Amino acid sequence: MDISVRELRKTFDRYPALHDVSLDIQSGELIALLGPSGSGKTTLLRLIAGLEFPTSGSIFYGTEDASGKSVRDRQVGFVFQHYALFKHMTVADNIGFGLKVRDRSKRPSSAEIRRRASDLLDLVQLPGLEDRYPSQLSGGQRQRVALARALAIEPRVLLLDEPFGALDAKVRKELRRWLRELHERTGHTTIFVTHDQEEALELSDRVVVMSQGRIEQVGTPDEIYDTPATPFVFSFIGDSSEIPISVSGGEAHVGNRSIGVFAEGLPDGPARLFVRPHDLDLVSDDPQTIAAVVTAVRRNSGSRFVEAEIDGCRSKVEIELPADDMRVFEGRIALKPKRWKIFPDAKRPNSQSVVGKGPYKHESEPKPPDYSQMVS
Amino acid sequence: MVLEASFDAAPAAPAETWTPPTSERPLVKWTLVGIALAFLGFFLFLPLVAVFVEALRGGVGIYFDAITEPDAVAAIRLTLIVAAIAVPCNLVFGLAAAWAIAKFRFPGKSLLITLIDLPFSVSPVVSGLVFILLFGSQSLIGPWLISNGIEIVFAIPGIVLATIFVTFPFVARELIPLMQEQGTGDEEAALSLGASGWQTFLYVTLPNVKWALLYGVLLCNARAMGEFGAVSVVSGHIRGLTNTMPLHVEILYNEYSFQAAFAVASLLALLALITLSIKSFLEWRFADGLKAQRSGH
Ligand SMILES: Nc1ncnc2c1ncn2[C@@H]1O[C@H](COP(=O)(O)OP(=O)(O)O)[C@@H](O)[C@H]1O
Ligand SMILES: [Mg+2]
Repeated sequence: MDISVRELRKTFDRYPALHDVSLDIQSGELIALLGPSGSGKTTLLRLIAGLEFPTSGSIFYGTEDASGKSVRDRQVGFVFQHYALFKHMTVADNIGFGLKVRDRSKRPSSAEIRRRASDLLDLVQLPGLEDRYPSQLSGGQRQRVALARALAIEPRVLLLDEPFGALDAKVRKELRRWLRELHERTGHTTIFVTHDQEEALELSDRVVVMSQGRIEQVGTPDEIYDTPATPFVFSFIGDSSEIPISVSGGEAHVGNRSIGVFAEGLPDGPARLFVRPHDLDLVSDDPQTIAAVVTAVRRNSGSRFVEAEIDGCRSKVEIELPADDMRVFEGRIALKPKRWKIFPDAKRPNSQSVVGKGPYKHESEPKPPDYSQMVS
Repeated sequence: MVLEASFDAAPAAPAETWTPPTSERPLVKWTLVGIALAFLGFFLFLPLVAVFVEALRGGVGIYFDAITEPDAVAAIRLTLIVAAIAVPCNLVFGLAAAWAIAKFRFPGKSLLITLIDLPFSVSPVVSGLVFILLFGSQSLIGPWLISNGIEIVFAIPGIVLATIFVTFPFVARELIPLMQEQGTGDEEAALSLGASGWQTFLYVTLPNVKWALLYGVLLCNARAMGEFGAVSVVSGHIRGLTNTMPLHVEILYNEYSFQAAFAVASLLALLALITLSIKSFLEWRFADGLKAQRSGH
């Protein structure tokens, strides 16, 4: 089932939680809504489900406008953050609930309901737990029962709110893989909410990055990581350093010093350069570099991290090097980015542009790195 | 005996015996317990015993005569009728109010929460007077009521209304905190699975609050049968017609029929004892239920 969200807006007591969000989800897709807490992920998911009604905008299920339909009529499988299992019902009764409350004409016999509950328990790999109560299950088992209950009504779309949020790290990893397999087997269009980028990038076909009630970027995990569309996505996904620069004559400067990074097409003025720790090189004898002073060196499993403060401003950068790089890092160093991205300063009035389509953004292709000149 | 044993045990215990940091010295502990027990005994237990002793002073025969005398039977009957109407009404009102407060956001919600407590904070006599003002012959609709032959004040409807008013908070106050704590998650789950509003209420909401509901109904019933002040104002004290048990006890007492008064009073005391036993039982069950609900998250 294709899901299409058009210009959806939601305000709670005049406080906007979602600003004109549009999103197209293809049938069979596994898509993640990723963002920091309070960014409106749950609100968007609940609007899609019909648990909340939009202030304006519409939601399409396929070609059908579902905006005015109640959650009861939308036929969605919703898995709640804290599962919301019915405590006074057995696992089998929980799973069969959606079938039991159907109209008499569409309701299967109670034997059939129980058989289907057992089948679903097999599907979520919990055979034989029919007669347990939710309080007798572990967190991971409850999560799976909640999923089986949602699947029992043959939903048109599966919606999960922080499905692994309440579980410990090991169970999270297991369930993550298991959910991916289950999705491949059943092929449900699935939308899940998470604040864990690792979870989103590893599990989903596409990721929707959200911040402050807006969609910052929609893309495959590779696109999100490799070509972040906005400063927010760059700093939220993965590690990155932010360097305040100024652009003049199509070149980037730190202080008055050109750093050998071209910024064609960008207007003169303040801007921010984003770079990942593994995309920074240490160089020497190059007049056009970023000058910095080493403040700390750390070793973390396979990598060595050098932390440095940039001359002329307070900002710090992090450089990731292989652990077997045995050079001594002390005092002044010179840096050159291999890959970077420059965003004009957001405070400038004309840089407020449509999310993901900023006219001034500038992207670089990696230049051939110059390994001949190294600090030693 | 117990007191002495514990005094002996304390110095004999090895110095390194661990005691919880919140524990008091035995002297302090037993003094406090002693005061509490003496207080309970004097103010609660003794009067209760006195009621039964006085009731049976003249022997079992007179006791039974007193409670089977026609006016007493009429009072018992009226009390049961009033409770049988007031309690189900408050069950429904209480559930509706608690549901509205716990599950929805609406303007005037805090006002409603305050209003629910009104019957507790206002003197029952005032509650009774309110109904006289509303429905009595001097009221706005009084002449209309009289010309249509509808009796509210000094008749059963007035007693029922006053009782409903006074006992309204019991069910609602028992349910509101529990329902607020449970939130709307379970109901949303049921709706998303295709249940109708009624099915959701029946299969999900009601089972989630059943022990608290029973508990509230029990307290509501005890008060409905025992209410004196408000009922006294609206009843008119017509013997055999508008006398409830508490009112009947007062009349007998004022007529110096002490034994008969205590005999009927003993029935009310018995009701209190039964209510307390069921309440303790429910608390025990309810605690288990609550624990399961909490660990269910
Ligand atoms: N029922 C509600 N009433 C008022 N404000 C709400 C409600 N639900 C969410 N919000 C607000 O909307 C914003 C987005 O919330 P939410 O969608 O839950 O974020 P997320 O799931 O990304 O953490 C938050 O600022 C939150 O306070
Ligand atoms: Mg959320």
